Amino acid sequence: MNKITLHGIYDDDQQLKEGAIKIVGMGIHVKEVFSPFPVHGIDPIIGVKRTRLAICAFIYGLTGMSLATWMMWYMMVTDWPTEIGGKPNFSYLLNVPAFIPITFESTVLCAAHGMAITFFLRSWLMPGVKAKNPDPRTTDNKFLMLLEINQGDQSKVEAALRETGASEIHVC
Amino acid sequence: MHQESEIRKPLIVGNKSYKDITDDIIRPVQGKANKYWWIVFTLAAVTFTWGLVCLCYTIGTGIGVWGSNNGVDWAWDITNFVWWIGIGHAGTLISAVLLLFRQKWRMAINRSAEAMTIFAVMCAAIFVTMHTGRPWLDYWLFPLPNQFGSLWINFNSPLVWDVFAVSTYFSVSLVFWYTGLIPDFATIRDRMTKPLARKIYSLLSFGWSGRAKDWTRFEEVALVLAGLSTPLVFSVHSIVSTDFATAVLPGWHATIFPPYFVAGAVFSGFAMVQTLILIMRKVFSLESYIQVKHVEYMNIVIIITGTLVGVAYLTELFMSWYSGVEWEQYAFINRATGPYWWAYALMMTCNVVSPQLFWFKKIRTSLVFTFILSIVVNIGMWFERFVIIVPTLCRTYLPSTWNMYHPTFVDIGIFVGTIGMFFTFFLLFARFFPVIAQSELKSILKLSGSEYKNKPGHE
Repeated sequence: MNKITLHGIYDDDQQLKEGAIKIVGMGIHVKEVFSPFPVHGIDPIIGVKRTRLAICAFIYGLTGMSLATWMMWYMMVTDWPTEIGGKPNFSYLLNVPAFIPITFESTVLCAAHGMAITFFLRSWLMPGVKAKNPDPRTTDNKFLMLLEINQGDQSKVEAALRETGASEIHVC
Repeated sequence: MHQESEIRKPLIVGNKSYKDITDDIIRPVQGKANKYWWIVFTLAAVTFTWGLVCLCYTIGTGIGVWGSNNGVDWAWDITNFVWWIGIGHAGTLISAVLLLFRQKWRMAINRSAEAMTIFAVMCAAIFVTMHTGRPWLDYWLFPLPNQFGSLWINFNSPLVWDVFAVSTYFSVSLVFWYTGLIPDFATIRDRMTKPLARKIYSLLSFGWSGRAKDWTRFEEVALVLAGLSTPLVFSVHSIVSTDFATAVLPGWHATIFPPYFVAGAVFSGFAMVQTLILIMRKVFSLESYIQVKHVEYMNIVIIITGTLVGVAYLTELFMSWYSGVEWEQYAFINRATGPYWWAYALMMTCNVVSPQLFWFKKIRTSLVFTFILSIVVNIGMWFERFVIIVPTLCRTYLPSTWNMYHPTFVDIGIFVGTIGMFFTFFLLFARFFPVIAQSELKSILKLSGSEYKNKPGHE
């Protein structure tokens, strides 16, 4: 059977959510939702899983912390121990209070940048990438539901969209 | 869904719709700059250029052209550095700490406050890179393998902590700010008609499309970056304060410095946000989004941090007396009654007395008073750093090194130049970037917009 792409455009985020519940209830997969701001509560309806970016940030943070610890242990304690201001230089453990600030900064640096870079790569955001929103108004005030349905379901789906308040429906 | 109490005033007034928000915020970007913008921009750019001339003169001749001398070897350079970096702190506080506390009113001001942070840290960076005397050797500050017998930098030194703290702070703030800007650049991109402008905003928007998954990630990134930036902002000024506190110099060697500096930074930063916001809301007609209520909230932060700073000043005085250490006592007597008594008096008046006026509701809700006091506070906070540095250094242990400090035209030129640079960048930002995080504002419209709020039974 032929597949068609349908754009259901809503003016209101609440109606969009109601529409999505209805469509999903009919056993139709909502392929994508484009909105001008985060619509809270849409993710579980259309089956978007919770992001794991925070876990990545934690791992990047641990990496940053380890790198800083290793760096200061190597430079100050092992490679060239220097007696400065009477602070002990022969042992990392005794000198560690002075190393806390940089260990912390390095943790934050790696966690923040690592996370941002992962986000840009996973969502494929970078200069020169072409935007994928089918209607330019979805960055302004419209909420667009992208559906891929069987041609036979078209009238049923359109009715459901209209019933929940869709202001426009486009078939592409 | 979140509920907001009925008695809270709406954060967005004037019966705005989603489209109105877009229109109101994008208008300055789409329109042409008016006469006032050009006048102020020219003024700022000329001052900035003069600052650059003074910087070139300093690099070409050496920091002997400054007023710093044998006794007072840190003066305006470090004063300006600490002042600028302190100003930057309010931006991070508004965007990160208030995000964690779920304070929705921050959404109208966080974008411009973060921009302020970035420009302020850039100004601060000029002074730290220049005060080393040979800025072309500043890469020595980083732990790079070298041919000096593999002699590494000293990780025990707060000056090295500063390098790491300030560079982390700058780059993380920049990423935080830019990530937040991406959806708004996409909005501009989709509304621009001119092909070149479209192309530029398309590049800036990184191809943002607003898919559900992208928004989920976007919010997660904002939340985690806020969580990371919160301790970061406190650490940065604590580390800056250790530049002084770890020196064994009466007047500097105090454990109160980190919290005292952080409170002072937030204090001066909020004052600078007020100065900028009050002009911006008027010029761009953003009164529906930045209301008197927002200004009042910030004034409350100013009273609290101003009072904290006052308590810190008095604690310092008490501890110097209570310590029984003559050197310590002399340092404070010298500050209050020595050759720079006027700077101390100015600091006390501007920072401790003047914010107390905000206890009166009439004053803290008056925009004119707020504007004047915001400038007074920033003058006071500049003098606080001056008082910590110059009067201390001009009367140290050895009376033979006692001397006065007089700024030269180069000192003044560079300082005024950074103010010019700050305003040049801020004006460009206000002209070409969305000054309010409009995608965030839209998400609270139903919660706190006047039209929705007054409807009975709204969700």
